[in-house]
Amino acid sequence: MPNARSRREFIGLAGAAGAAGALVLTGCGGSGGGGADAKASPQRGGRFRAVFAGGGKAETIDPHAESLAIDMARTKAMFDRLVELGPDMAPVPRLARKWESNSEATVWRFTLRDALFHDGKKLSPEDVLFSLGRILDPKASNHFAQGLLSAIDLKNCRKTGKRTVEIALSEPSAEFPALLGTLGTAIVSSRYDDPAKPVGTGAFRLKSFAAGRSFVAERFDDHWDGGAYVDELRILPADTDARGNALRGGEAEFAYEMTPTFARSAEADQGVRILAAEGGAAHAIVMKCDQEPFDDPKVTLAFKLLADRRKLVDVVLAGRGAVGNDMFGKGYQYYPEDIPQRERDVDEARSLLRKAGALNKTLSFYTSDVAAGFVEAATLFAEQAADAGLRVKVTTGSAETYYADQLTKGVMGSHRSGAMTIPNYINDRLLSDSPFNASGWRRDDFDTTFAKAQSTTGKDERAKLYSGLQRTIHEEGGLLMWGHADWLNAASARVRGMKPAPPNTLGSARFDQVWLA
Amino acid sequence: MRGYVLQRLALGVVQLALLAVLVFALTSLLPGDAAAVRYDGDATEEQVAALREQLQLDRPALERFAQWAGGVLTGDLGTSLVSGGPVAGVLAESAGATLVLAAVTIAVVVPLAMLLGIASGLHEGGRLDRAVTSVTLALNAIPDFVLALLLIAGLSLRLGWLPATWVGVGGGDLLGQPALLVLPVTVVAARMVCLLSRQIRAGMVTVLETGYVTQARRLGVPRRTVLLRHVLPNAAVPGIQELARVGDNLIGGVLIVEAVFAIPGVATALVRAVEARDVPTVQGLTLVLAVAALLFSLAADLVCHRLVPRTEALR
Repeated sequence: MPNARSRREFIGLAGAAGAAGALVLTGCGGSGGGGADAKASPQRGGRFRAVFAGGGKAETIDPHAESLAIDMARTKAMFDRLVELGPDMAPVPRLARKWESNSEATVWRFTLRDALFHDGKKLSPEDVLFSLGRILDPKASNHFAQGLLSAIDLKNCRKTGKRTVEIALSEPSAEFPALLGTLGTAIVSSRYDDPAKPVGTGAFRLKSFAAGRSFVAERFDDHWDGGAYVDELRILPADTDARGNALRGGEAEFAYEMTPTFARSAEADQGVRILAAEGGAAHAIVMKCDQEPFDDPKVTLAFKLLADRRKLVDVVLAGRGAVGNDMFGKGYQYYPEDIPQRERDVDEARSLLRKAGALNKTLSFYTSDVAAGFVEAATLFAEQAADAGLRVKVTTGSAETYYADQLTKGVMGSHRSGAMTIPNYINDRLLSDSPFNASGWRRDDFDTTFAKAQSTTGKDERAKLYSGLQRTIHEEGGLLMWGHADWLNAASARVRGMKPAPPNTLGSARFDQVWLA
Repeated sequence: MRGYVLQRLALGVVQLALLAVLVFALTSLLPGDAAAVRYDGDATEEQVAALREQLQLDRPALERFAQWAGGVLTGDLGTSLVSGGPVAGVLAESAGATLVLAAVTIAVVVPLAMLLGIASGLHEGGRLDRAVTSVTLALNAIPDFVLALLLIAGLSLRLGWLPATWVGVGGGDLLGQPALLVLPVTVVAARMVCLLSRQIRAGMVTVLETGYVTQARRLGVPRRTVLLRHVLPNAAVPGIQELARVGDNLIGGVLIVEAVFAIPGVATALVRAVEARDVPTVQGLTLVLAVAALLFSLAADLVCHRLVPRTEALR
């Protein structure tokens, strides 16, 4: 049940998206990174059962109100987006075959591909305009992408041809296509009005849905991308242990979001394969830069030098992850790989703290068991900080309201973020007016540079600006980003055509490509 | 008899009212409300405030409680803060699986416990008695969830004899697939059988030593008749009273197996409602569970009265 809640850091306001570059790494166990997939040709038929953490009555199949991982899996089966995000968080074409913008990045023209809706009608620019209108409908309070797409100037969006549509923005956004690849942005038919009767272009068509209980869909044979292989798709809710048991007991073919503990115990099981995607979740300790003692960058740097990252990864993530370098987005587009890895240096940390007069203070660390590893990381870091004579007092608060409470409690806190584009992350959490600025990081020059990047259409120049922003965060920011956990899913050994993928990317919980051997 | 039933029902209404107040108070003590939990970290303070107003969470607790209670008196369990639909709907959807589970469990527990209790009571101190006693004591010491995990690991995952979860059913018919019921029912029934059979055994032993049984035997009443007419009804009373008392074992056990075996029943719905701070749903579901427990206990007392009219069961 904590699983149902763990969506939040994985989505944030901006939705999310993402994946490290290491999709192939763990590959499809047993078959040597897809070797078997390549040899055998896909077969049609069969029933595919996928199990996710459930959300009870809060579950929905309205693609614009989706918020749980299980919602997103169902939506992905029944609908398509104009754009999806690839493994490095760069946008990849889906219903939009291509796109281009004007030089200010304020008007975007999308060319649509030939696609059929489940009712047999062709995808048209009107459907795209209807979908945007529905997403942005001010009367709908639960449409997730509203904040994200608020720059869309609906009145000035228009059809420019049988297959082309122009989306006007009220402010420049060089990353606009990536925004269309995030949560709550599916394209629905202009004839869609009842969420219980979805009309999408997806590879599966709804048969039945009961919130918190079951979802059954059948293959849609006229899917533009070739369609699915399995005849029937079932998406079902179950808690962590039950997911593992269902998979190992042969009652499910796929289980989403598994634990390192399960992965270890499943290693001996011939019937199960672990799909581990690198960079699925970034783990950090947040220091509030607007409060003592972290208003002094020397202190935040000292804390970053205190962390034994390898040990945190080994203990908290059971070794299933990579050490972090105090920047979000390892492996993603715009991540500056050339910045050296920060290493532990207790002496240097102590001397910085002495200079800042921050030794011998007791600091409050507010955490909660809302996400796996939070309390463990906080406790372990408190021990590591004690090596420099610091006292960190860890307080564990309510899981249900942690992310809101965190903004007001403690000078330090736990933070986890799922895969999303680096610009999204910055926009959500590191600008002066970001609603979820947990580290209290407010710098006018930082904001200005970000705005400049947003309106820069030249790709290299933009990358340089993002790189500079990341460098500033690395040196002075309040994020001690110590690790990047692998994202663990598991599949039955019979399953083919499935690659490891972090949440919110095209490859995540994608069932139109899977087939059963 | 009728007076007794009415008196018990009246007492039950008072108990339910107290329970409703208590549950409401406790859920109010939990950190955060439905609006805060739904938007946790996802929305601005204005959005949370707007939702709070929409859900009428900004109104005084007493007023909200009074409104809910008024609804209940007219048969309306209220509206879910999560789905916006009636709580009765949540109940209707989730009750089926729980009822099946509970009913099958009772149907297994009662005859099995009787059999074990009577057999060991008749042979007090014998080999059978010692065996049953050791097994029931040992089984009783294993927590439900541990037993569930052991059974799953052994019978499902290793041997592959029984399904490990209900996931594969996917909302389908449960009674149509009895194999799915075996493990969950075993887990819930295990402890109940232990407790009940020991009570019945103790009852047997006590009754067998009473004067009237000795007298009946001395008078030459056939052993069979003594057992069926005099021993069993008296020996069953503590067992049946215990059955009423282990009603909480039933509910607690069902809650645990619903989670372990991924059964979408009332307990699962209740846990989700607590997490979402969906107070009307929590209230409605606990109320119905409490009514069920009360009726269960009343029925057990009435059965005791029927078996042994002179006992003090109905006092």
